[in-house]
Amino acid sequence: MATGQQKTGAAPGRNSSQDQGFVYLPLIVGWLVPGAGHFLLRKWGRGALLAASIVGMFSIGLAMQGQIYTGAHDILEILGMAGDLGTGLLYVVGRLMGWGSNLVQVTTADWGSRFIVVAGLLNVIAAVDAHNLRTGRKAS
Amino acid sequence: MHPSHFAAVLMFALFASVVFGITMRDTPPKMVRYGAYCFVLFVGSAIVLSWVMYFIAR
Repeated sequence: MATGQQKTGAAPGRNSSQDQGFVYLPLIVGWLVPGAGHFLLRKWGRGALLAASIVGMFSIGLAMQGQIYTGAHDILEILGMAGDLGTGLLYVVGRLMGWGSNLVQVTTADWGSRFIVVAGLLNVIAAVDAHNLRTGRKAS
Repeated sequence: MHPSHFAAVLMFALFASVVFGITMRDTPPKMVRYGAYCFVLFVGSAIVLSWVMYFIAR
């Protein structure tokens, strides 16, 4: 007879409160707000470091006059936009507020655009990590 | 903000290493060790490649 732990696929030692609720919530929340997926799982230190790193990278990218990709005219812009979308609400707020330059004219602005894209990709990694913690695939 | 190329490398390496360390390892000591390892690899490879390109360009 299968136990409740086997049914949910949860790791041993996890408390019952973590086994309840929507299993994809940390993934979605972590994607929308950097570090929030870990906050939801009470991993305060890790969440704070992840948030500081991702928001910091995004902010420095903007400060370097990096571009937030808005259109999908060619393959490079599509890839850039896919990376930018990884920042979740930061991307939405950035688009609404008109942050980022429209035209990359200096070298540092090109680096800034890469910073913004990589911040999005790192946020996706962080959100997947929160999901793995939630499901028990990652021990702690 | 117009940082030097090396300053940009340092910032990039720092932020990426923090995320890699936290997400790729299970325990805090291993996270710190892996994060430091990634940081050294990021910065070290940038310095090595810079010197390689310097000699190629000459």
